[in-house]
Amino acid sequence: MTKITHNKKPIRVSDLADHAILIAGALLMLFPVYLAFTTTSHDNITLAREGLQFGFGDQMGANFYAAMFEKGGFSEQIDGTSMLLNSLILGIGFAFGKIVLSMAAAYAIVYFRLRFATFAFWVIFTTILLPLEVRILPSYEVVTGLGMANTYTGLIVPLLASATGTFFFRQFFLSVPEELVEAARIDGAGPGKFFIDILVPLSRTMIAAIFIIMFVYGWNQYLWPTLITTDESLFTLVRGIKQITQSIYEGNDIPEYGQAWALAIIAMLPPVLIVIFFQSWFVKGLVESEK
Amino acid sequence: MKRAAFSQPLMPVALLLPQLIIIAVFFYWPAGEAIYSSFFLQDPFGFGSNYVGADNYTRLAKSSEYAKVAGFTLFFTVLVTFLSLGIALLLAVKADKVIRGAKTYRTLLMWVYAVAPPVAGFLGALLFDQNIGPITDLFAYFGYNLQIGLNYNDTAFAMIVVSVWKQIPVNFIFLLSGLQSIPVAVREAALIDNKSGTRRFWDITFPLLAPTAFFLLIINITYALFDTFGVIDIMVKGNPASNPITLVYKVYTDGFRGSDLGGSSAQSVVLMVLVLALTVMQFRMLERRIHYT
Repeated sequence: MTKITHNKKPIRVSDLADHAILIAGALLMLFPVYLAFTTTSHDNITLAREGLQFGFGDQMGANFYAAMFEKGGFSEQIDGTSMLLNSLILGIGFAFGKIVLSMAAAYAIVYFRLRFATFAFWVIFTTILLPLEVRILPSYEVVTGLGMANTYTGLIVPLLASATGTFFFRQFFLSVPEELVEAARIDGAGPGKFFIDILVPLSRTMIAAIFIIMFVYGWNQYLWPTLITTDESLFTLVRGIKQITQSIYEGNDIPEYGQAWALAIIAMLPPVLIVIFFQSWFVKGLVESEK
Repeated sequence: MKRAAFSQPLMPVALLLPQLIIIAVFFYWPAGEAIYSSFFLQDPFGFGSNYVGADNYTRLAKSSEYAKVAGFTLFFTVLVTFLSLGIALLLAVKADKVIRGAKTYRTLLMWVYAVAPPVAGFLGALLFDQNIGPITDLFAYFGYNLQIGLNYNDTAFAMIVVSVWKQIPVNFIFLLSGLQSIPVAVREAALIDNKSGTRRFWDITFPLLAPTAFFLLIINITYALFDTFGVIDIMVKGNPASNPITLVYKVYTDGFRGSDLGGSSAQSVVLMVLVLALTVMQFRMLERRIHYT
């Protein structure tokens, strides 16, 4: 309500200060990425001689082309396109798997009379306590022992062993009015019909929000892919960042800065665009799911 | 939890089973393995292992290197948490206040959420680079020779800057939504009672924001402890020996490079206990938060 009175008055000094702070914050966030774009638009010799560039040059197309299609790595077999594909497989596979598993589990916990429901609940929720990083070495041994190293299964499935999604869907299902399931039962709908015809349509926005959050989470995975994929054809973009960094510091006389920055931009752009584009869903999902 | 609408016995089991199997194989098995192998010492040549009781733990407790890493982790966690929360709070309060461009500011301040920590580390490593980094040039202009990857303190500084940058958006999103959920009536009442904006903030807004802030405190501690792995791994450039690292990074280097399975597992268990304590704290606070609203 105070906002209305503000509008009628002439611009005040404190308003200007507020905007100045916000603009400074926005610039702080944008600056490194702006620099990434300007730097990719120059050739490697310029970059090695003069450092990162603040203005735009004319090499951006060439650098992006090299990053996407020039074969590299030890095997000389991978390029940006193959890494982009792997990143998409990891992001989408993870998000999809997470939603299917956690919706099913949450549905069972909330809507069924189940003797060991509380037990199942706790077995699942304990996983929130221990992130993968904490049990990384034994996880690696278990997955390798199962012969899943260097497979998409080994890359994605172990990441699914956490309860974040289940917790979220459980909260959401509990907020769905109880009358709906009563009415469905009176009309003779079974659990399958109720789930598909009523619950899934009701959860559409929530599913979208969770999908975005999980896609970003999966896409951005670093430690696990670094350990479990040693075969370069399975490298994701984020995993590839390590190779890119190493090639800059240990590589040729003139490091391929332009190409490296182009790959970093490609690694960053898809999740950023999704978050910006689906902003309201994403923020809603994030804030709701952490409650 | 009173709804239990359907009573088919098999369907819920079938629905729960996939999740339970994955959790059993990829969570409980490795976690158990970590606890188990923390009581064994691996033969360095790979000929089996011997039960050594709590030796791995006493070794950790006595290790001056472990103490140094733990000390840095604490320092790093406290700085990253408070800097990113503080900056995000300032930005969120301002973004909540302005009318013009509120949406644009929100977008501009939150998108970094989607940048992966190692990508942030990569941007940082080059901004702070010895030869081509503009931030290094800036410091050189003021007469300081910044040496990332060589000087312990300089690397720590750069790592903290990058980690804070990456974490501001999450805090901003939650704090802004916390601010926006404060009822208009409360704001108006505060406005009548108190003319000073600063006093209003500390007397009314901040206490109402406290549950969100506490929840974020836990989130930030977890971030600084675990999610910064990517930032650190890129910024130390494969040379952790002379550079600052955190406890999680040490679990990784000892386990994978030093192949000290027992020692690495004992470190894992120490971290597990730490996270457990944090989560218990979080749950107790959550209970209290439900009473607020």
